[in-house]
Amino acid sequence: MVSEPEKGCSMIRDITIGQYYAAQSLIHRLDPRLKIIATMVYIISLFTFHDMAGYVVAILSFGAVVALSKVPLRFMLKGLKPIFFILVFTACLNLFATPGKNIFAIGVLSVTWEGLWKAVYISLRLIFLILGSSVMTLTTTPDQLTNGLEKLLGPLKAVKVPVHELAMMMSIALRFIPILVDETNKIMKAQAARGADFESGNLLQRLKNLLPILVPLFASSVRRAGDLALAMDARCYHGGGGRTKMYPLNYQKRDLCGYLVCIAYIIVLAAVVQVSPF
Amino acid sequence: MSIRLENVSYVYGMGTTEEKYALKNINLEIGNHELVGIAGHTGSGKSTLLQLFNGLEHAAHGTVYYNDQNIYEKGFSMKELRGRVGLVFQYPEHQLFEATVIKDVEFGPANIGMPPMEVELNSFQALKDVGIGEELLDASPLTLSGGQKRRVALAGVLAMQPEVLVLDEPMAGLDPLGRREVFELLLKLYQERNITIIFVSHSMEDIAEYAGRVLIMNQGEIVLDGRPDKVFRYRKELEQIGLGIPQSALLAASLRERGIRLADGCITVEKTTQAIVEWYQNRKRGAV
Repeated sequence: MVSEPEKGCSMIRDITIGQYYAAQSLIHRLDPRLKIIATMVYIISLFTFHDMAGYVVAILSFGAVVALSKVPLRFMLKGLKPIFFILVFTACLNLFATPGKNIFAIGVLSVTWEGLWKAVYISLRLIFLILGSSVMTLTTTPDQLTNGLEKLLGPLKAVKVPVHELAMMMSIALRFIPILVDETNKIMKAQAARGADFESGNLLQRLKNLLPILVPLFASSVRRAGDLALAMDARCYHGGGGRTKMYPLNYQKRDLCGYLVCIAYIIVLAAVVQVSPF
Repeated sequence: MSIRLENVSYVYGMGTTEEKYALKNINLEIGNHELVGIAGHTGSGKSTLLQLFNGLEHAAHGTVYYNDQNIYEKGFSMKELRGRVGLVFQYPEHQLFEATVIKDVEFGPANIGMPPMEVELNSFQALKDVGIGEELLDASPLTLSGGQKRRVALAGVLAMQPEVLVLDEPMAGLDPLGRREVFELLLKLYQERNITIIFVSHSMEDIAEYAGRVLIMNQGEIVLDGRPDKVFRYRKELEQIGLGIPQSALLAASLRERGIRLADGCITVEKTTQAIVEWYQNRKRGAV
């Protein structure tokens, strides 16, 4: 028999954010800026065509990148779990609600050829949208990602966007997630030791039961934030101006090749979509 | 009252490739009205062991018995167990959440289903026991000092009227005076209430001073178990696992090495002082 609060605790333990998969691969070594741009190109490209030939190109290029990245495919597919419901929902909606030539009907619900096709390609779009961004998050540490973003958004500093500060906030937030998860577990256990029950009662009751967790969690977050601010002050942190990086981002030859591959992808995709008979 | 662990193991990451034993085949019985200190290096399994006592953690193998009843059996009330085995975590003041001190203390007893009258009565009594004055009952816990917060948190567990009080490093982060106060309070409860107290501490001095029995843990196993004056004879073994013996015991040991014969049981400042004085007086008498 497993007691209820335990279930709750292990549930929280399973959450992983920044799902980096450590491996030695070409994709892992690429510059994060390239990876961010390539991911955006890939995602946008998914919305530019409606025919099968385009998907063949998109799927094949995805497969090639996955093979290069040495990340097992099942880790990629894990990312699909949270959108499974949305996926099924949109597919069904398109399947049943698109007017056109009937294939068969169940009561008032009729399935059309057009609907079937639309369901397939919208699902494919959603799936590869998620998978495409998974490749980036699986092969890039959160640190690198924020670094890359900061560099990419750098030009916005000219119009007084606090890019460095935003990047700093992002990395601090990421850094604190595991600590807060840990803290949540501790507080849940401490309250469970005082007989708290997080699993029973109606919705309102359950929300109320969260109070003994949330209040201490907020209190400790504020405390930690204060400590961190003090520690940063003590080390004379004063924002972005004049700061250098321990590992500055430098483009290598392979990154140049990466950009070329990106452009090649766009050209091939455009050509295939133009030529394809479907 | 008795807690009995039979062949208990605890595994982190069960079913994954990174299974790690936090506890290995623990057999342990803690009886009525004992005062047990537990020491061990970080990661030796102390905290996990404590959480097995009140069912917060579930053993991977083996069984835990409370009053000879298997706590993993169907129908066993975990809530009741948690009321009987009160567990005070490290830095318990971090769990305070209510708007007032008294409400926070009432949280535990109300949860385990005590009648409202008893909840109130026990909460008042618990606050009185830990030395929180009536003027603070309606204060916000967040406005109290560190030592006061800890005592309020302690009262929150005491108000459930546990038969066993389990504490994970109750003195961590307190100044010497605060430590003394918490320990005097625990001793008083121990003597007046006929309860069992189990506490974890990194301070061998505290264990020597207060505990009637000490458990030494290393890598998920209980390696030594017995009266402090007996356990602290294993100086080499303790040092090997990164622990030590109380400073006064060290002093007594090095005096003995120089041929000074002291009485047994020199593990606290008081007893060692007494032994040295006795030895000195004996020598003087011998010289005269």
